Amino acid sequence: MFTTAAQLLDLTDKKLVLVLRDGRKLIGVLRSWDQFANLVLQDTIERIYAGKLYADVPRGIFLVRGENVLLLGEVDLDREDDIPLSVTKAPFEEVFELKKKEDNKRKLGDKKRNSELQALGFEPEHSGEILF
Amino acid sequence: MLFFSFFKTLTNQTVTIELKNDIRIRGILKSVDQYLNIKLDEIEVLDLDKYPHLSSVKSMFIRGSVVRYVMLPRSEVDVGLLEDATRREAANQAGKAR
Repeated sequence: MFTTAAQLLDLTDKKLVLVLRDGRKLIGVLRSWDQFANLVLQDTIERIYAGKLYADVPRGIFLVRGENVLLLGEVDLDREDDIPLSVTKAPFEEVFELKKKEDNKRKLGDKKRNSELQALGFEPEHSGEILF
Repeated sequence: MLFFSFFKTLTNQTVTIELKNDIRIRGILKSVDQYLNIKLDEIEVLDLDKYPHLSSVKSMFIRGSVVRYVMLPRSEVDVGLLEDATRREAANQAGKAR
């Protein structure tokens, strides 16, 4: 009890939302894992969000190295189709273009803030590690 | 291992966790492991509108390395006891170093 293994055991073979350190959201079935939270997901789709839109991209099997895992959420199967009213499904190309624009805008903002912080003698938060 | 033991005493309490990407999640602390990975049940995401991907999630596993803060119920923390334990641990460490 009280090991990483015990925590992940309950989630095995369940449908999960996996959020990675680079901001990706993967939805799939957890099939295998180890003590470092390295994970194998089956029948994975990637859901990309931009503005008030989202799109699903079928991806297949994922083997994720543990250090890239932010969190792992168990999907409530009774509620998984209740998509919040704040987002609507859109074609992949449209969402992808919008996301690219958003990402570029954020990158520019981050760069500006980090250089200002550095000029004042502060190390940027997460010491350069990106987290979304 | 002090904080591992400390968090173990807080299982089944409601805590709020803030991640390094500013998401705040309230839920019942179900378990914690040696890396301070945390499992939460009956979760509620504060400011859910900003994180629609978490709308249908009922329980979650959070990797210890991405946690910024854990907010605890004040009544469940014996600060005096924690201070004593911390000093004892520090003394042990100093003893080992010598």
